[in-house]
Amino acid sequence: MSTDETGQDGAEAPGGTGETQGPAPSGDAGRALVQLVAPAGERVSHPEFDLWVKDITDEQLCSLYEDMTVIRRIDVEATALQRQGELALWPPLLGQEAAQIGSGRSLRSDDFVFSSYRENGVAYCRGVDLTDLLRVWRGNASGGWDPYAINMATPQIIIGAQTLHATGYAMGIQNDGADSVAVTYFGDGATSEGDVNEAMVFAASFQAPVVFFCTNNHWAISEPVRLQSHIQLADRAAGFGIPSLRVDGNDVLAVMAATRVALDRARRGGGPTFIEAVTYRMGPHTTADDPTRYRDANELEDWAAKDPISRVAALLERKGLLTPELEEQVGNTADAVAREMRKGCTGMPDPEPMDVFKHVYSTPNSWLDRQQDHYARYLASFGDPEGAVSDEGAR
Amino acid sequence: MIKEFRLPDLGEGLTESEILSWKVSVGDTVSLNQVIAEVETAKAVVELPSPFAGVIKELHEQPGTVVEVGKPIVSFEVADDAGPSVSEPSAPSAPGSSSAAPAEGEQPAAQKRQPNLVGYGAVVESSGRPARRPRTLAPAGGPAASQPPVLEPVGTKPAETPPGDTGPAERPRSTPPVRKLAKDRGIDLALVPGTGPRGLITREDVQEFVRHGAVPPEGERPAAGAAAGAAAPGERETRTPIKGVRKHTAAAMVSSAFTAPHATEFLTVDVTPTMELLATLKETSAFSGLKLTPLTLAAKAVLVALRRNPSLNSHWDGERQEIVTYNYVNLGIAAATPRGLTVPNIKDADAMTLDQLAGALAALAETARAGKTLPADLSGGTISITNIGVFGIDAGTPILNPGEAAILAMGAVRSMPWEYRGEVALRQVMTLSLSFDHRLVDGEQGSRFLADVGAILAEPGMVLTMV
Repeated sequence: MSTDETGQDGAEAPGGTGETQGPAPSGDAGRALVQLVAPAGERVSHPEFDLWVKDITDEQLCSLYEDMTVIRRIDVEATALQRQGELALWPPLLGQEAAQIGSGRSLRSDDFVFSSYRENGVAYCRGVDLTDLLRVWRGNASGGWDPYAINMATPQIIIGAQTLHATGYAMGIQNDGADSVAVTYFGDGATSEGDVNEAMVFAASFQAPVVFFCTNNHWAISEPVRLQSHIQLADRAAGFGIPSLRVDGNDVLAVMAATRVALDRARRGGGPTFIEAVTYRMGPHTTADDPTRYRDANELEDWAAKDPISRVAALLERKGLLTPELEEQVGNTADAVAREMRKGCTGMPDPEPMDVFKHVYSTPNSWLDRQQDHYARYLASFGDPEGAVSDEGAR
Repeated sequence: MIKEFRLPDLGEGLTESEILSWKVSVGDTVSLNQVIAEVETAKAVVELPSPFAGVIKELHEQPGTVVEVGKPIVSFEVADDAGPSVSEPSAPSAPGSSSAAPAEGEQPAAQKRQPNLVGYGAVVESSGRPARRPRTLAPAGGPAASQPPVLEPVGTKPAETPPGDTGPAERPRSTPPVRKLAKDRGIDLALVPGTGPRGLITREDVQEFVRHGAVPPEGERPAAGAAAGAAAPGERETRTPIKGVRKHTAAAMVSSAFTAPHATEFLTVDVTPTMELLATLKETSAFSGLKLTPLTLAAKAVLVALRRNPSLNSHWDGERQEIVTYNYVNLGIAAATPRGLTVPNIKDADAMTLDQLAGALAALAETARAGKTLPADLSGGTISITNIGVFGIDAGTPILNPGEAAILAMGAVRSMPWEYRGEVALRQVMTLSLSFDHRLVDGEQGSRFLADVGAILAEPGMVLTMV
């Protein structure tokens, strides 16, 4: 069911050529995915991309496995918190762990991430505070964290808008003469947005050090990717003169290799790269969505067989690394993270009514001051400020 | 300590959800995040994970009840050291209640601040009026928190009672047409309890008041906006909200009945040979383990007859002013499911052998009964069969599944005296009822199709003359 005429499916044979494609048009014949680990856990050798993960030790492989397991646990816990009325909404990342950890773990701390709302795993890699991760989804603040503290902007809700921010930031890096990189994450649906196309035009024109990381999870809410594009998404980049890579998004090593290729090019002044990570959103679009209304259960089954975490586990098993001790340690870390996050979520102090005026402008603004003054007087007209807010002030 | 779990807003801005089933019973020990219930919102069926580890003390709502967001649905007995819960607005350690300290313990629970949490959306059951103090009593900009809580009597009185310090009593909350109705009936609205949002007195409240001539005690009245449908003892009518599958069915039936001019024909057939064939097939190895019923053969008869009468397998496309004749058959089967009527269809049924068809029919029925029919199986049907015979009914006027040109109702198979080889004999007889869309099927095609189906069921060997 997931297979379609344009070859968007990720089930292609391992070991394809996968070389970086230049601006030359590639047609819609479809190019093979870069894959370094087959779904059964078999390490597939690749003449070009092997070099980019040659330095990954067994220990690092175990820690990639741990991170993927932990972010899945974060995701499950946050979904439960939403069902329990503790979060207003949550966008699950189930199935996209390899794409997020493989790329997120390849970044330097001085690189800057501009993500969509689903890259909670990338945020985990950046070291986000677990409570901050949930702040916005609890309706507690308009932004969860200080972007400069972890060099990751707060998640963008507007589809694709963050690609413009990334390109602009990357042009700033050029002006600074630095070798850091702006990395922007967006979905398959976002490639149809004007913002993303404009961002790619500018990035190409200025040869800005930006990585366009497109997580093709096959569904733009209920719209399948084959309706969005009659060619592979990676091939759209050629139209902008941006080289692209098409990678098995459920293969953490392949994602890592591709991200490193793109980062290296950007740091050396080679300009932008477009990465299409072919994966699958195994859960709903958000907790308010019911995917069974628009997609076939068989499709989910097909992709469950390519689960990114089982794949690393199988690789570790082949290498004799998947010991009960490792599993216990990973499980304990995941439990501890989930506990800490739940505690942070339910223990989060409610915002004060006047907090809404904070962080609107960085400098004083008379118009805003006036509104603030009026609102304070309005609140003061209630006997019980608490009742006032919940009863009427909030409306 | 007892903790309540209030129904959260499970989507974005939903006000209610239906409890489909409880996965736990009173007395069960549950762990954190264990699935305790299945709930249907306007958007999806979702599972509710338990917010506590503990023992189930009480399930407040029955399956099938539509519950307002914010209402308690289950209570837990949890260990005392469990952390503060959002469902416990009165928990003294609840975060964010810094300025509520002076009033703590003096206000009745209902009047205390609900955590304006996320999941709970708007506060339910708030008092009829906001706890707003007239401006004259507080200097503008004065620190409200410094006012002693005793100046706020509103929290200590029933919701309908206006606060004493606001001067004359405000008239009861209602709408002009309802005020007019009350006036015409000579009713003082102040005596009528309001069940609408925030205590609003609705037309139904006034009518209820007129019927009973008095105000029923508070406890006997359904809570504001609570699910109707659960009849109180002695009530003379039960009101069930129109929703879900019922709503969908109603819309589909109205649209079908009033856009496609229906014509219905009946044919009563001696199906004894069909029943004998069924008995024979059940003995053959190819059909061992398969469920064979008169429906199986009737479905096959319809598929054979459609080849000779393709206009019955078509669609009136009013928008494009075209008649679409399908060169395939997606055979719909009306199914009574726990959630109501659905018509899943078997895709490309015309390409199936009889054993495949029997398997598909059994699978379809099982899936439908389990409520697991996929949306794709409910759309794209080209013709339907409804088996009213299972209810012991002979004939009726089926309404077309919207967009389809024909529907066949199978009656019950009865032993009846019937003409057989020139004499009266006891035979197995069934009545077929065929409705068709008279815009695109004439009486001639409809009749020929029905006659073909009847001929096959009366003598299955007739298929040899038709294929």
